[in-house]
Amino acid sequence: MEKTLIQNDILIDLKHITKSFGSHMVLDDFSLYIRKNEFVTLLGPSGCGKTTTLRIIAGFETPDTGEVFFEGKNINSLPPEKREINTVFQKYSLFTHMTIAENIAFGLKIRKKPKAYIEEKIKYALELVGLTGFEDRCPETLSGGQQQRIAIARAIVNEPKILLLDEPLGALDLKLRQSMQLELMRLKNELGITFVYVTHDQEEALTMSDTIVIMNQGYIQQIGTPEDIYNEPENAFVADFIGDVNMLDGKVISKSAVEMLGTSFPCTDEGFEAGTKVDVVIRPEDIVLTNPGEGTIDGLVEEVIFKGVHYQMKVRCRGYAFFVCSTVCREAGSKAGLQIDPFNIRLMPKPQSDDERAVHEE
Amino acid sequence: MKRFCMRFYLALAFVFLYTPILILIVLSFNDSRVRSSWGGFTLKWYAQLFSDATLLTALKNTLSIALISAGIASLIALMAALGVDAMRKNHAVVVINLGNIPVLNADIVTGIILMLTMGRFMKLGYASILIAHITFNIPYVFLSVLPAIKNCNRSVYEAARDLGADAGTAFFRVLLPDIMPSLMGGFFMAVTLSMDDFVVTYFTRGAGIDTLSTLIYGQLKRGLKPEMYALSSMIFFVVLLILIAGNLIPGGAKRRDNDAVWKRI
Repeated sequence: MEKTLIQNDILIDLKHITKSFGSHMVLDDFSLYIRKNEFVTLLGPSGCGKTTTLRIIAGFETPDTGEVFFEGKNINSLPPEKREINTVFQKYSLFTHMTIAENIAFGLKIRKKPKAYIEEKIKYALELVGLTGFEDRCPETLSGGQQQRIAIARAIVNEPKILLLDEPLGALDLKLRQSMQLELMRLKNELGITFVYVTHDQEEALTMSDTIVIMNQGYIQQIGTPEDIYNEPENAFVADFIGDVNMLDGKVISKSAVEMLGTSFPCTDEGFEAGTKVDVVIRPEDIVLTNPGEGTIDGLVEEVIFKGVHYQMKVRCRGYAFFVCSTVCREAGSKAGLQIDPFNIRLMPKPQSDDERAVHEE
Repeated sequence: MKRFCMRFYLALAFVFLYTPILILIVLSFNDSRVRSSWGGFTLKWYAQLFSDATLLTALKNTLSIALISAGIASLIALMAALGVDAMRKNHAVVVINLGNIPVLNADIVTGIILMLTMGRFMKLGYASILIAHITFNIPYVFLSVLPAIKNCNRSVYEAARDLGADAGTAFFRVLLPDIMPSLMGGFFMAVTLSMDDFVVTYFTRGAGIDTLSTLIYGQLKRGLKPEMYALSSMIFFVVLLILIAGNLIPGGAKRRDNDAVWKRI
């Protein structure tokens, strides 16, 4: 019973997708399912296959092998215009020879909706994106943020089951991007539709998503909630990609200690045998600066940058420059001790095969 | 001083450009068969122009060949450009360069080639001129439209598909309006080239048919009739009117149109 419930909940199911362009393999045995009313973000560096994944869902690319299911039905050969999916493109892609109202009405007119219905929808959509009264304007006279909101309005009037967004905020400045992020989250809650969002901006992903899918070179690195991904990265790539990290070589000494920089640090990450070489990941905000000699290891503060809420410091300990974020400032040139809580030290297996190693190299 | 030199130079350039045209216009109103003397103002050359049957036929031929050849060439060039745009890059480069060769080819060579080829399969006449004009017009429209297709945001077409339009609807409602200015630019370029053409027409026309250019050439041997001044002046004014109208119509279409022309030059 429970199993069927979960099955019904799945809107899009990608199964063992491979896709290559020429000799370049973009997606390799890629599987992912997306639930109803979920805000899923595909996050990764450029060329990781996230946009291709989106285009396969939209129907602009056909997978070489593998299947795409929409509400349990195979839609591999269904053209984009027949899918209950709409896309907001990176470059807005408004129709420049049409007014804003004509742009928004485009999909509805093609579906031959009654005129009164279309008018009402245009009004509703413009109100939703906060651009009431823009009906007769031309796309060229709108700012980037306004154009993007029109692109969203044009997509949502068709009441798609899924809205795909391909780096929609990439061209906007920081302030506008932040307010659009909140706007998108509000829209998603009001409309109750599934959002699949593609970005390379980790902050954007953390802010908006229910689920983040971290991708690199056609492989999924980790799927999880923003908290999971940030706090419990599964491998060094994820840790490095999400936020800033200190990454060091280490060797497991026992179940509760790891050796790095010739010093033993207490830790709680189990599951490794003593003697295993590991990658050690420490977030800059997890390092506490103490007076010299009071921490686990001593170092020299080399650089201090004021970042508004916190100070960003570079502390060199035995050749390794730790990246430290703290609200307490230590002067450059002074000595300081570094204290790290055992549960903030994360150990990760070193990549074994070439395939895995490729994942780490950018 | 520098400013004066600049202005003087500019004025000189315009004098050289426009004096001949001015002389032509003045002569078209000259009530004397002799070029060197002014016999008073008259409109009789204009009147004669419209009663000269050979001349009117030639004018009709010129216009119909220009419009039909430009139209057909635009259609073929549009399809070619869409095809090339969809090609892989290295293949497209080959096709574009092959398309460039006829543009660079001397008119006389083009004319002889077309005459020889068509002479084998058909009687030279209106149809052969038309085919010849279509042939040399295609690359010009092609080169005008291709950058527009390349520039046009590919995702606009995809956006239309995404919103429920099938391939045909997306093309006609979204892509075509987007590249229309360049296509029209290419079309008018082709019309102009066709109307201007003498060499290719001369070789491919066969006997018994004249366009304006071949007619005027034929008459040159017996001395140019003043009606020709009237005709040339009229063509100049029509072109001038089109130019003014084009500049008065506001909006992006004209701007992109000019871009396309500049790119070609």
